[in-house]
Parts: sequence; C-alpha cells; structure tokens
Amino acid sequence: MSVTIRLQREPFEVAQEIAALTRGRTDIGAVVTFTGICRADENGEPIASLNLEHYPDMAEAEIGRHIEAARQRWRLLGVTVIHRFGRIAPGEDIVLVVTASSHREAAFAAAEFLMDYLKTRAPFWKQVEKPGGKTANKIWVEAKTSDDSAAERWDSR
Amino acid sequence: MKVRYFAWVRERVGKGEEEIDPPEGVATVGDLVAWLSQQGEGYAYAFENPHVVRSAIDKRHVRADARIAGASEIAFFPPMTGG
Repeated sequence: MSVTIRLQREPFEVAQEIAALTRGRTDIGAVVTFTGICRADENGEPIASLNLEHYPDMAEAEIGRHIEAARQRWRLLGVTVIHRFGRIAPGEDIVLVVTASSHREAAFAAAEFLMDYLKTRAPFWKQVEKPGGKTANKIWVEAKTSDDSAAERWDSR
Repeated sequence: MKVRYFAWVRERVGKGEEEIDPPEGVATVGDLVAWLSQQGEGYAYAFENPHVVRSAIDKRHVRADARIAGASEIAFFPPMTGG
C-alpha cells in the first residue's frame, strides 16, 4: 500500500494528490477524498483566520498509526493524508484524506475512520482569530464531545 | 527529561519546552502533573483541571497512570482540535 503523510504550511492541490496516488495503477477501482475547509465562522461568530499549532513528530507518528489501523480493517491500496498548520484563511483547505481501494466500500469507510481519528487523536490545535487583530481576539477552539463520539463508535464495529 | 507544552497549556506555563529533573517518587504522568502544578502560578493554572490536559510519552498518547521511567520526552496539551 502506498502511504503519504505530509504536514505543511502551504496549500495543497486535491486533483494533484489523487493523480499521484493513482498514476500508473490499474488495480484501484475507487478513490474517496475528504477535504476539511476553513469556514468564516466559529459557533456563529465571524472569524478572520485560523491558526493551527501542531506537535510535529507526534502528528506524523499518530497519523501513521491510524493509517496502519485502517489498513488492518480494510483492503486499501493507498492512503494520502495532508494536514496544514500555521495561518489559514476562510475558504482555504485545512486537511485532505485520500483513500484508494479496489471497491468503494473500503475507500469510503477508511476515509471516514481516518477523519474521525484525526480530529480527536492527531496533535493539532486550532486557534481562532476574530476580526480586529488584537491578542484578546485569539481564542482556542474547544474540543467537541461529538467528535469523541464519532471516533469511539469505531471501537465497537 | 524533556517536557513540551502545546496550545493553551504552553501559553499558561509560559514556555514551549524545558528540561526537568523531578524528585524521586514522581513515578507516573499523574505524579508529574501534581509536581509541576507546584512549580509556580503558570503551572498551577495550566493544570488546574488535570483531567482536561492530555499527555504523551515519546510521541504516544498515554493516560495519567503511565509510568515515566525511561521516557525521554513527555508532552502536555489540551484535547485536540485538528482536522
């Protein structure tokens, strides 16, 4: 299985990542992509930007462990995970998960599984910057219990 | 051993990382949190609700009862909000 994990400040190109995963292969019958995008609001309040802090080495290791867990559950032919850090403006992409398999079921399920775990286990923290630009306008995003439940439901499957 | 702090834990402690030498008897992550909490106002604030703060030893998630012997890097951080 081909695995790509990248943590980067720069934006990514979804089409390019799909092409890189499938190029020259005729065994892949299904590719699913999930893109997480920065909204212009958080809890109904407008935001100027997001700032993403991460724990570099652990983030890569943790994502790798979840890709390995996904590989043990489903027949996957390739996985790409890209997570950006630093300042991200509304409308920009934050995270990309690409899963490839011979059939769609595995690709859909693995993409959802990986995102559920990325949200609760990968060491990234979002800070919202409200319009105005003062330090007091920077607020850490609180973790959602719904995200924990989404990850936990895989334990019983 | 090296300790690293992230997000609001880092802001409250006032630094991103440091070398520490906890006394004997500090055996688990929970013990370390209790000891750090006594090292100043910032630490006490960061760990005021120890059940909220998450921890990792050598880049793997661990619980408060994990033993710290042999660890080279311990990290403390809030619940994660990536993705």
